[in-house]
Amino acid sequence: MIEYIPYIGVVAMILIGLYPILFRRNLIKIVIGISIIESGVNLFLIILGYRDGGVAPIFTSLPPGTTYPEEMVLPVPQALTLTSIVIGVAVLALMLSLVMHIYRKYGTLDVQKIRRLKE
Amino acid sequence: MSEMTKIVKTTANILFPFTMIFGLYVIAHGHLTPGGGFQGGAIVVSGCALLLVAYGSSWVFDRIKDKRLAAFESLGAIGFITIAFLGLMFSAVFFGNFLAGSGSLFGTTPATGSTLADFNTGGVLPLMNFAVGVKVIAGLFVIVLVMAYASSTKEWG
Amino acid sequence: MTFLETLLAHSPALVIATPLLSAFLVPLVGRISPRIRDIFALVMLGVTGCFIGLLASDVLSHGSRVYVFGAKNLSVPLVRILFEVDSMGMFMAIITVMLAGIAVIYSWSFLQKQDGLDKYYTLLLLVTTSALGMELTGDIFNFFVFLEISCIASCALIAFWVEEGEALEAAFKYIVVSSIGALFVLFAIGLLYAQYNALNIATLAHLLQFSFLDKIILVLLLVSLGMKAGLAPMHMWIPDSYGRTPPSIVLLIMSATLASFYGILRVIFTMYGNVLTTPLRFSLPAHLIIGWILIALAIVSILIGVIMALIQTDLLRLIAYAAVAEIGYMFLAIGTSIAALGTTYATVALQGGVLHILNDAIDIGLLFLVAGAIYFVAKKRSLDDISGLARNMKYTTVFFIIGLLAVAGMPPLNGFTSKFLIYESVYQVNPILSIIALLGSILLLAVFIKVFYAAFLGPELPELKDVKEAPRSMLLAMGFLAALAVCIGLFPNIFLDALVKPAATALLDHAQYINMVVGGL
Repeated sequence: MIEYIPYIGVVAMILIGLYPILFRRNLIKIVIGISIIESGVNLFLIILGYRDGGVAPIFTSLPPGTTYPEEMVLPVPQALTLTSIVIGVAVLALMLSLVMHIYRKYGTLDVQKIRRLKE
Repeated sequence: MSEMTKIVKTTANILFPFTMIFGLYVIAHGHLTPGGGFQGGAIVVSGCALLLVAYGSSWVFDRIKDKRLAAFESLGAIGFITIAFLGLMFSAVFFGNFLAGSGSLFGTTPATGSTLADFNTGGVLPLMNFAVGVKVIAGLFVIVLVMAYASSTKEWG
Repeated sequence: MTFLETLLAHSPALVIATPLLSAFLVPLVGRISPRIRDIFALVMLGVTGCFIGLLASDVLSHGSRVYVFGAKNLSVPLVRILFEVDSMGMFMAIITVMLAGIAVIYSWSFLQKQDGLDKYYTLLLLVTTSALGMELTGDIFNFFVFLEISCIASCALIAFWVEEGEALEAAFKYIVVSSIGALFVLFAIGLLYAQYNALNIATLAHLLQFSFLDKIILVLLLVSLGMKAGLAPMHMWIPDSYGRTPPSIVLLIMSATLASFYGILRVIFTMYGNVLTTPLRFSLPAHLIIGWILIALAIVSILIGVIMALIQTDLLRLIAYAAVAEIGYMFLAIGTSIAALGTTYATVALQGGVLHILNDAIDIGLLFLVAGAIYFVAKKRSLDDISGLARNMKYTTVFFIIGLLAVAGMPPLNGFTSKFLIYESVYQVNPILSIIALLGSILLLAVFIKVFYAAFLGPELPELKDVKEAPRSMLLAMGFLAALAVCIGLFPNIFLDALVKPAATALLDHAQYINMVVGGL
């Protein structure tokens, strides 16, 4: 049972992230929601590569007595997560700068008051 | 952001060089330890953000030109792709590691197993880490700087 | 090995590397002179186009090729990033680079007086790079990375008119939709990696079992890529972002959208190609269910697109709704082709759908460029404020007529060819569908005839008395698309035989795609 807890955490984080995107009207909260989903997905990728009692996947600093690669954690999901984090930073910066521009333009962060593009 | 008290400034003065050194260490050892250009760059920029908090954004904005940072960002990206092209030129493979095992710069072949990390290994990987580091430092710093400056002033465009 | 052979061997990488390198060189070149920068962007796209042409001629005559990054050959274990280039990918790459080139030529005049053009050209080249990457890559995670690059760069481009609140709003909507979509793609990739320990599309297709998780992955991928491609229930970002940006940027976002559409084709036909005939509930095969869901959504797209286009007064927004309808036609074609998998008219439907990708790019692109030219000379968006433009803008009027006939699927223009293929094959599946599709086209014709009367004919407005013809580079860009529309309309067989049929065959022949990688190990 205990090994399922991280997966439950992933699903919970994605759902928690979706809630403000769907039901909240504040732009900053929508941005926070997207960040939470991203963290959930990153957590998922990290759990995939986890190996109980594994060591860091660095060949030259293996502790004596370990046989590689069976005792290392998987490096590929970590690389994927790292890429996803980098992308996440860029998306976050872009979204926040858009929010700043919108706030300067309209003086509010409420989606309902901002909406000009209808039909 | 406006300027903060003397205590904060002094603390920032003490912490800033350490943050810089640590960030540059992470960039330089990207091919040996977990870390690399992006992570080290982010650490360096967190040091710069410390300055921004302590001294206020307009103080930093007066001393650093965001145009020049943008040019450095481009240079970092160009450096990265140029190394990939050099791989095509010297080893007939795009992104090819033409320096690995060559015995010259970063060209030592490391022994497998539990050895002490040899800095002079990795071929083009350290060079690529440097390029990414330059790009990330310039790119993230310009984002942090412009955002802080923009939110501190009423009129901006 | 001669120089040309070496160039050919490395062209899959060069196709991506050239626009990427020039994207970051543009700000430095721009410091010398803006004029040189403008020409530099076009020249580099031309070089990319040359590599694509070289690669395409080889792929079409000698079959697809695999390019391995950082190594000379494929090796076990397969950890390297692969590019797998087949006729379908090449077809999309040609469209992408063509749209980017036209966007650059058009923006020479259209954006002349704006500032921030250094960043505009950088982002333009980045969107092109990312779309090309999505179309050529053989690695699903690499696909995700390019998808995210295209999201970020297109979002920044949509906010180009940053002084207008609506542009910011459209950009925010776009980034929310596309980043959530991309995160679900990443989640699906994580699930795939967890099951099969592979990220390569061909290897995944080889190993895929169609387990319960695989069905979830398929739904996640279809929903998120469909969101980016603008399929019906998730189409709402298209009118906002297409309608609020300079038309040259619309062409680029359109190339990113079409690349997402290509992603759907790749997922269904290649990744799930082996398992499409697996029986599911009530012993219905999977392809029937997927196909009919896509057909239903496509019909909704067509209806929403044309009906919403009917009531618009903003010209750019109206064309954007027409673009939604055109996307519906593409989905209708591939839905039919999947539902009827294995029959001859499935192939016809797929050919129609593939050709319609090109036609959609040309027709909708042309209409947007014309609308942009009207906005450029009259500075008005609403149809109520423009009238009688035909007197002073002769060429633009001609281009608009070509665009409107093409988008409505009238012979002898290009829209007719692909729509005819679609009607013909859809009729075999269900005649009612083809009637709805035809009705959609007729309504589109009605919409654009209305626009034509309102904007070009009618009384001359006093404040529009001295409008001039659009500048030369804009006319050149429009003329190129119009000429292409007429050419494809008059000689459809040349394009069908040379480009479309190999592309459709490459999509249907998933075994060959898989074998290129798995067989080479």
